[in-house]
Amino acid sequence: MLEIKNLHVQLEEEGKQILKGVTLTVPAGEVHAIMGPNGSGKSTTSYVLSGREGYEVTDGSATLDGRDLLEMEPEERAAAGLFLAFQYPVEIPGVGNMTFLRTAVNAQRKARGEEELSSGDFLKLVREKAKALDIDAEMLKRPVNVGFSGGEKKRNEILQMAMLEPRMCILDETDSGLDVDAMRLVAEGVNALRSPERSFLVITHYQRLLDHIVPDVVHIMHDGRIVKSGGPELALEVERNGYGDILAEAADA
Amino acid sequence: MLEAVKTQQTPVIEGAPRSAPADVQLDARLAAAPAPMTGATAPARADALARLKEQGLPGPRHEYWRYTDPAPFNAARPEPVALETVAGDPKLFASVDKLRLVFVDGRFDAAASDDPALAGVEITTLAQADAQPGHWVAEAYGVLEAQGQKPVRRPFAVLNTAVATDGLVIRVTGKADRPVQILYRPSDAGADVIVHHVLRLEEGAELTLLENGLLGARGNVVIEADLAPGAKLHHIAAPRAGVARIATTHLFARVAEGASLKSFELSVDGRHMRSESVIELAGDDAVAHVAAAVLGDGGNLRHDDTVFITHGGLRGESRQVFKKVLKNGATGVFQGKILVRPGAQKTDGYQISQALLLDEDSQFLAKPELEIYADDVKCSHGSTTGALDETALFYLRSRGVPRERAIVLLVLSFLADALEEVEDEDLRAEISGRLEDWLTAKAQG
Ligand SMILES: Nc1ncnc2c1ncn2[C@@H]1O[C@H](COP(=O)(O)OP(=O)(O)OP(=O)(O)O)[C@@H](O)[C@H]1O
Ligand SMILES: [Mg+2]
Repeated sequence: MLEIKNLHVQLEEEGKQILKGVTLTVPAGEVHAIMGPNGSGKSTTSYVLSGREGYEVTDGSATLDGRDLLEMEPEERAAAGLFLAFQYPVEIPGVGNMTFLRTAVNAQRKARGEEELSSGDFLKLVREKAKALDIDAEMLKRPVNVGFSGGEKKRNEILQMAMLEPRMCILDETDSGLDVDAMRLVAEGVNALRSPERSFLVITHYQRLLDHIVPDVVHIMHDGRIVKSGGPELALEVERNGYGDILAEAADA
Repeated sequence: MLEAVKTQQTPVIEGAPRSAPADVQLDARLAAAPAPMTGATAPARADALARLKEQGLPGPRHEYWRYTDPAPFNAARPEPVALETVAGDPKLFASVDKLRLVFVDGRFDAAASDDPALAGVEITTLAQADAQPGHWVAEAYGVLEAQGQKPVRRPFAVLNTAVATDGLVIRVTGKADRPVQILYRPSDAGADVIVHHVLRLEEGAELTLLENGLLGARGNVVIEADLAPGAKLHHIAAPRAGVARIATTHLFARVAEGASLKSFELSVDGRHMRSESVIELAGDDAVAHVAAAVLGDGGNLRHDDTVFITHGGLRGESRQVFKKVLKNGATGVFQGKILVRPGAQKTDGYQISQALLLDEDSQFLAKPELEIYADDVKCSHGSTTGALDETALFYLRSRGVPRERAIVLLVLSFLADALEEVEDEDLRAEISGRLEDWLTAKAQG
């Protein structure tokens, strides 16, 4: 599904190298986790994949189902099935959450040559999915993320994901700032979407989320590279011992 | 979504082109549109003519004409325009239930208009009222305009009072159950349209006045509105920019005790526009809200809103909310003043002017002013100039919203505060819908 090969990225303005050869493959139906110290390049990877401006790819490639992601506009990547749950969801005053969701859902349908959802069907769908995430109707009426608490913003990201039904979901620290119950709701939301046709890349600092969303593979990122990959036990090791041993071992290798 | 770049901008003074001396221009201007010296309003016209001759037309050095070149308004005649480019009436308000009154080249067209019969509203035209000796218009015509000349002169309004020959004269005694629409239509390529409307709202009366359509090659509209205690006037002016999109408009209003004036302007196609609102909160507990949503596109575009609100009574409330979206080198101007007279305690005055610059060639010139002579008042003002929020744009696009559509959403969100000032929800939805259509069409090139 998602194939990242030797991805090198630098900041357009400063020319600072951030990703120094990321290689990573997430096959269809699998859940992969990325862990790694602050500043190692996890969010940068997610932004480059979804097409944010300000980064220059100097080497390597990234494809989704064999299609070159890096050539596409952000909206084309979304229509192709890529979704990023932001580490810091953006507030957009003046744009209603409902309008936003409906515009997004229908724009993607249109781009894929599918019929747009009627307002009735759309409303029904949103209400149902919002309920499962414990997002009340009042929140849906407000402008996008404006006045939402940190946890509400994260749940709103998962609601968007549930509505858009992407094939490749990247979650950037969706668990940070969530209370225990919200974390369970979010995990349930993600698990409900798990299917043989859908893959997840979960960026997190904590093993706790991975108790709920059990990954197939855990990758450790450091200084712009994946330095180690393994099973769910790798996350437990990080939780117990921190990154020291893993990074030392990688440096020796 | 707006990044506050500056909280208060220092105006940039540009060198305006030198033109003929003002008195020579005035003679030419008056020769092109002579003042009619008959009828009930003749004394008011004579007075206006004398005032005009004394003060002349403005030059670029005039304190309130530094940002907007008065030359296109001073010129004896406008450049004729190609009428073929005008395809029928605007869609705005087409589906609203209203009483429609049509002006063609600034003259009332009875045949094209609805029967001007509306419960609680007496409607006649300036031409007709003028011909009736003893008509109340004689007492009202030019009065608020003349009062509005102090302390800042508004020469094109004086000119209007001196030479206007038509307009509506409306007296509202009850609560009008549907809006009155003034629809402007052009027919002559060279029409230099000068219209003067006089409104009087009696105690507790209510009216919604819609104004749209296209004036002529050039437009000059004056509205004088006198609101008695407890009256409510809701005024919505949407593109009345004329075919050539050169126009000056003035709203002079006096708001008595407990009365309320809400005026909203939508401008999407202006080129050289000056829109002035001069409002006096004369009684206690009076309310005035003026707001505008302006879209300016193009290098020779200039849209200027000049507002002067005077608080004369206790507990007056005024709001100014001006939003301009500018691109391709357009210039937006805002000159807004709140004057609080001695004794006007508990005044609540608010003013915000904001520009969204869609590129680096466009500019916004803002001149907010507060002059306060009472000690127990709350007045605030702010002005910001910002670019599109790239983070918000990326967020929308990452959800699959195409770039053009995302920009339309962000522009609408920027304008939302101004649209909020339109109280009636149906009218607000109508305006917002048309605005969205217009932005969408424009985005698709
Ligand atoms: N726009 C930018 N300007 C300057 N530095 C940047 C920019 N974007 C990323 N960086 C730098 O790149 C490095 C990687 O940042 P990134 O946000 O990808 O880290 P991360 O792994 O997501 O960290 P965290 O766990 O704290 O979220 C950091 O050193 C960061 O400061
Ligand atoms: Mg990060």
